[in-house]
Amino acid sequence: MNAVRHALGRIAAAAFLALAAAFFALPMLWLASAPFDASPSITVSVPEFTLANFRAILDNPYALGSIGNSVIQAGGAAAIVVVLASLAAYALSRVRVPGRDALLYVLLLLSSVVTGTAAMVPIFELATRLGLVDTHLGVVLVVSGGLLPAAIFILKDFMDATPTSYEESARVFGASPLQILRHIVVPVVRPGLATIAVWAVASVWGGFLMQYILLRDPAKSPSAVILYTLYTEGGQPNLDLISTFSLLYSLPVVAMYLFVSGRYGFRLHGGLKQ
Amino acid sequence: MTISLRGLTKVFPGGVRALDSLDLEIGEGEFFALLGPSGCGKTTLLRSIAGLETPTSGAVAIGGADVTALPPGRRDVAMVFQDYALFPHMDVTANIAYPLRIKKVPRARREAAAAEVAGRLSLAELLGRRPGQLSGGQQQRVALARAIACRPKVFLFDEPLSNLDARLRLEARTFLKRLQDELGVTTVFVTHDQGEALALAHRIAVMDAGRITQVGAPSEIFHRPATPFVASFIGSTPMNLLPGRVVVGASGPALHVAGAVLPAPPGLPDGEEVVYGIRPEYTDLSAAPREDAFPGTVAVLENLGTSTLVTLESAREGGDGLVQVVVPEGQEPPVGGAAWAVPRPERALVYRGDRLVGPRGGPA
Repeated sequence: MNAVRHALGRIAAAAFLALAAAFFALPMLWLASAPFDASPSITVSVPEFTLANFRAILDNPYALGSIGNSVIQAGGAAAIVVVLASLAAYALSRVRVPGRDALLYVLLLLSSVVTGTAAMVPIFELATRLGLVDTHLGVVLVVSGGLLPAAIFILKDFMDATPTSYEESARVFGASPLQILRHIVVPVVRPGLATIAVWAVASVWGGFLMQYILLRDPAKSPSAVILYTLYTEGGQPNLDLISTFSLLYSLPVVAMYLFVSGRYGFRLHGGLKQ
Repeated sequence: MTISLRGLTKVFPGGVRALDSLDLEIGEGEFFALLGPSGCGKTTLLRSIAGLETPTSGAVAIGGADVTALPPGRRDVAMVFQDYALFPHMDVTANIAYPLRIKKVPRARREAAAAEVAGRLSLAELLGRRPGQLSGGQQQRVALARAIACRPKVFLFDEPLSNLDARLRLEARTFLKRLQDELGVTTVFVTHDQGEALALAHRIAVMDAGRITQVGAPSEIFHRPATPFVASFIGSTPMNLLPGRVVVGASGPALHVAGAVLPAPPGLPDGEEVVYGIRPEYTDLSAAPREDAFPGTVAVLENLGTSTLVTLESAREGGDGLVQVVVPEGQEPPVGGAAWAVPRPERALVYRGDRLVGPRGGPA
């Protein structure tokens, strides 16, 4: 009796896991099959193989360029976030500032407001006055501002975990602050820097709202915004183009994960820290 | 190189006075220990010599030149940290060669120098490993090799042996003493372990609350501790420190201590309160009552290997009532029996207030 119950339990658990796996796998399957289908729908089916969708998306004047725009904006924001967050996190970790933790928490709280819809109007107003509307720089600065607090928060943890004796030891040997940063601190916290860079690229890559608001010219829009414009003349979502473009749009991020993971030992298992 | 400290004071923000107008001279080639309980300022003192702490006032001179205003990198000292501070992303060669890399020595030459030093410290097999792949003892030798590779005027060691396990610590101690002897470079090390200080150092400074309580050779510190604090701190078994009183009788002055009548040092007035110090190693056990012995009941026996530490509990009121005696193996008294602890008078120390006044009238 007990054995039967045990077996039934295992069958139920396996069925549940299979269902959950299917739930997450189906969109991936769709992304892999629909671009090669002559008449894609919103269901997953064996494709009627064609490459016509790729030709069609290449005919779209903004599609390929938008991926370039995404690269510029995501790369720019990641560079700014990594450089500024590591300097700030290092300083916050090493210098005793009164009310340091409060400052960090307030920053973290504000960051969700800054990138959120609540501050949309003032940010647009500010960008207009500074002449940053419709520029890559405008997008990069605004999204970086949104990412920085969380990046500082995470990197400070990495910096805190690095013993100060490393730096003091290097100082006694005569290393300058810049040498200490280059030779010791940056290599030691490199997994953290890689994490932040990948996270920044991924968030900007998937970001829509700020880019949609700040950019008027479709020639400067990133892929996430262009994806939104792929409609048929009848106003229906154009699934041929959307599925194909979605595939092209996701490939660079996958490539980045593989590259960073191989090169910098970016490991997600065992939590954030190394 | 000599090291000379003048009126060194360090007050941390928040008002903690870690060093209190401290003066110290360390001689050429000396192996010098800074010994004290945690929080006594010994590490702050070492870091002030290194330049990692800026003194609030006072001056540090190395080799006669004032270095108080110089940053650590220009003082020509090498420091070995308690956690060794080996750079985890560099292999042993790169770690040892790091000081030379800062000095812009070409790669081939600094790697040759690293290999040479590593060979002397039996690290030749490990040059390609990362610190994480080394044992504690190997890490310590890499840290030493890195300090040696930059050929400093002064070595500074912060608790160099405390991260090793007990067995390895003894080996490393012998190794360290021989190494310092061979190199002949002035070396200052910090320790809270009195045994380590006694074993390694040519001279010891015992510190307490930001001040130096006593400076001297290990035998001097051990045999004639200048204050009850030093007396209680030095020695592997704590010294018996018993309150006593001078009684001047018909046959001259005597000390009445925990039920014993003992010879008093000259020059103490009648009724004077003193502290009588005697090491358990310099106390013998008697099974028969004696006037010059502390009476008590055997309470605890602790086996020390070749000897046994006996704790006597005094039946008398007053005092804390405990006296410890070290007896050779095979001569342990039965627990619960009466016994008398007989101090050897030539080893006894008498403190009046905080100063040593006996047996021969004040500290040597």
